[in-house]
Amino acid sequence: MLALGPLLNRIPLYLLQLAIGVLLLLFGMRWLRKAILRAAGIIPHHDETLAYMTETAVLREQERNHKEPFDWIAALASFKAVVLEGLEAVFIVIAVGAGRGLVVPASIGAIAACTLVAGAGFAVHQPLTRVPENTLKFAVGIILSSFGMFWTGEGLGITWPGADIVIIPFALLFLIVSLLAVNFARRPDMGVLQ
Amino acid sequence: MNTLIDFFHQLAGLFVDDASLALEILAIVVLAALLIFLMPSQPLAAGAILLFGCLGVLFVNVVRAA
Repeated sequence: MLALGPLLNRIPLYLLQLAIGVLLLLFGMRWLRKAILRAAGIIPHHDETLAYMTETAVLREQERNHKEPFDWIAALASFKAVVLEGLEAVFIVIAVGAGRGLVVPASIGAIAACTLVAGAGFAVHQPLTRVPENTLKFAVGIILSSFGMFWTGEGLGITWPGADIVIIPFALLFLIVSLLAVNFARRPDMGVLQ
Repeated sequence: MNTLIDFFHQLAGLFVDDASLALEILAIVVLAALLIFLMPSQPLAAGAILLFGCLGVLFVNVVRAA
């Protein structure tokens, strides 16, 4: 991010906002769709423990087949996880900072936010584990889709009424439509947002 | 090599899971952009197309998947 900052500042802001907005829309709505389908009972709920055990078993199997002094598989697996999870933060930093010469402050803000969230996660991870996973994903999907909507519109040259505040009504609309979709698609004997 | 391929596969999967949803979202964005190009004095009309188009696409996609 810091290395590419000066280059990003040369790209017109609207192009960056459009690109990041569309990617956030794709990312957020994909996530929201899955959360809706899970809440409706169309696809099974994500079992994090099972996913962890499966991934661990695959890595152990690969480790047995590769006897090298440096564990490339572990390094690549860690790299993959960090890059995939960090991409969202990079998008936000680019959209906020590029074009205005604010990439460095935005990057510092992202690092501070990351530290804060990690600290908060450590402090409240027990209460958070009691929140159903799909509810969290539902909420994150709505937030990402709303931000994506805002930035895509800004990138296209739409001046939203109320500027940034319009993200809140966007989120409410995404929530209402998602809940309606859950009700329309729900299989019998399923609770909402389980 | 397989791990790298898997990585790029997962990277693409971040944005595209259901291809029809991704294509429909992109089509709505293109439609909104066309509307702004054709009617630059009415940007909010394009905004409405973008917002309600994406909401509609999401709803229809979910109902179709059910």
